[in-house]
Amino acid sequence: MSAFVINRLLQAFFVLLVMSVLVFVGIYLVGDPISMLVSPEATDLERDAVRESFGLDRPIFVQYITFLGSALQGDFGRSFLTGEPALQLILERMPATVELVGFAMFFSVVIGVPLGIIAGLRPEATFSKVIMTGSIFGFSLPTFWVGMVLIMLFAVQLGILPTSGRGETVQVGPIELSILTLDGLRHLILPALTLGLTKASLIIRVTRAATREIQAMDYIKFARAKGLSSSRILRVHLLKNVLIPIITVAGLEFGQALAFAVVTETVFSWPGMGKLLIDSILTLDRPVVVAYVLIMVLFLVLLNLVIDLLYMVIDPSSREKVRD
Amino acid sequence: MTARQTTDTMPLLRVQNLQTHFLTRFGAVKAVDGVDLELAPGEILGLVGESGSGKSITGFSILGLIDPPGRIVGGSIEFDGRDLLAMKERELRRLRGNDIAVVFQDPSMTLNPVLRVDTQMIEAIQAHETVSSAAARQRARDVLVKVGIPSPDERLRCYPFELSGGMRQRIAIAIALLNRPRLIIADEPTTALDVSIQGQIIHEVRELCRETGTALIWVTHDLAVIAGLADRIAVMYAGRIVETGETDEIIHHPMHPYTRGLIDSVPSGSTRGARLHQIEGMTPSLLELGEGCAFRDRCHRATEQCRETPGVTSLGNTREFRCWHPETGGDQ
Ligand SMILES: Nc1ncnc2c1ncn2[C@@H]1O[C@H](COP(=O)(O)OP(=O)(O)OP(=O)(O)O)[C@@H](O)[C@H]1O
Ligand code: SF4
Ligand SMILES: [Mg+2]
Repeated sequence: MSAFVINRLLQAFFVLLVMSVLVFVGIYLVGDPISMLVSPEATDLERDAVRESFGLDRPIFVQYITFLGSALQGDFGRSFLTGEPALQLILERMPATVELVGFAMFFSVVIGVPLGIIAGLRPEATFSKVIMTGSIFGFSLPTFWVGMVLIMLFAVQLGILPTSGRGETVQVGPIELSILTLDGLRHLILPALTLGLTKASLIIRVTRAATREIQAMDYIKFARAKGLSSSRILRVHLLKNVLIPIITVAGLEFGQALAFAVVTETVFSWPGMGKLLIDSILTLDRPVVVAYVLIMVLFLVLLNLVIDLLYMVIDPSSREKVRD
Repeated sequence: MTARQTTDTMPLLRVQNLQTHFLTRFGAVKAVDGVDLELAPGEILGLVGESGSGKSITGFSILGLIDPPGRIVGGSIEFDGRDLLAMKERELRRLRGNDIAVVFQDPSMTLNPVLRVDTQMIEAIQAHETVSSAAARQRARDVLVKVGIPSPDERLRCYPFELSGGMRQRIAIAIALLNRPRLIIADEPTTALDVSIQGQIIHEVRELCRETGTALIWVTHDLAVIAGLADRIAVMYAGRIVETGETDEIIHHPMHPYTRGLIDSVPSGSTRGARLHQIEGMTPSLLELGEGCAFRDRCHRATEQCRETPGVTSLGNTREFRCWHPETGGDQ
């Protein structure tokens, strides 16, 4: 088991190394940040001075090696724009995104799993067909459009929910949270709903497919033949098996949303990491973009590890495979 | 047709004219189309027939486990004098696993892969009785010993994938025995196992049923398997019982040409090495079965008369068949 974890961490390190090269080269190709750093009227001399002070005059591989050296010591460089450490900028924004995505995922699982199970158990029922049709809309409509519609409806027409920012927050240790104040919660609802709607649709479909498949299994029929109550069959025999694919999908979706909640955060001016990423790309703030992508890769790799470990808790036969 | 008892005791199970159809897009599949069965307490009945003849559906009908698009459209099922078809789902649930238990064909699929063996055994007891988990566990352990499972405590803590196929099937049988049912329906429980384990399990199940007075319906497509096991045999073809009688009589004096065909296709001491006779042709589609004997396209004795559905002919107390031109003349 620990060999498995160590193995995965080594893999993660390798992936990070490769990703760092790709990102570094990629962002180099996107554009020259100098134009963002000096005023348009600056002379060539001034430009060169700035270029030199940021180390941008050196060949790219030298820049990369320098970056790698510091990164290994936990220093991802400073933002070109604000001069703050890139890592700190990202970590400051993280709680807002975690809050938003966590809330959205919670919503999508709580809504999606029961609806998916109902639709799976009674595929012919009208209610199930309504659920499934709804879920098609849920994930084929673009996020920004859903966000706009929700804003139109709840903010513009009904005027009951705010549409931008985090609202009032509470400081818990080093972290600021919106979820603990009523105002913060009201600010959270629309962006979380926007993000959660797509996720819920996906969870519904995964749950329904899994439910139908498991429902037809011999062991479900055998459980019925043992005289178990239908609630026990549902809660224990069916749900435990259905959870296996759901954990994988929900986990990956969570990671995906956390790393790239760009659209939702932009639409709702949510001051999270996604907003930071898009702003940094637009201003060619290289250190922040590079640090961001690397941290997200690390995060996604770790998340995958956690999913696999969870998987082993639920599906005993997967433990076997890991032992070898 | 009904196989009457040699004794006058009230039958434990009486199935009359059972019809279970699947209402599909293409029409009604008459999987079970007029089945009669009777079983005395403690009796062992072998239900034989080719794949698709409706054996499993007959078993599931008795348990009330037919799912849409399937439906029991006619007939009656009485268990211990009670009409199962009139029962509410709640009452049926109390009966399942308690009075009537089943063992399925494929041991790799009957146990839930994510639950430990003890969970699956204890819940089967607690579904019918209020007993502590510790007491239920003890009982589960005792039954595992009875079905010949070594180090039962260890096995109880296993997940199904940690056990061999034979072991899993023994556990499935143990689960069937847990609540001392009056009837066990064993649906080809040894087909997926290799021959030596097959023999052992058949022997053990027979002993256990004799010991506890449990009646048994052993479903199989292999006549040889039940020849040494069953008191009586019922031969099923295309949704009907075409012949029934005591095991010896069926094996030595088959009346129905289909039964004869089944017997001739069983390898035995005298025919070993010789080419086995196989019944030619295939089971007809259950969708387009019309009037007449369903076997007539494959029957070497078929005549014009066979275009009409043959009725039941009774011979003595326990012997019945459905054929116009039985093998031994039908007049002994
Ligand atoms: N869900 C279903 N929909 C339509 N037809 C079905 C369905 N389930 C079973 N049948 C039909 O019922 C018939 C009888 O099936 P059954 O499973 O009882 O056969 P069997 O005698 O047990 O065969 P086997 O030896 O293969 O287990 C089959 O011909 C099959 O086509
Ligand atoms: S009724 Fe006719 S076709 Fe059917 S089994 Fe008898 S002889 Fe053959
Ligand atoms: Mg079958």
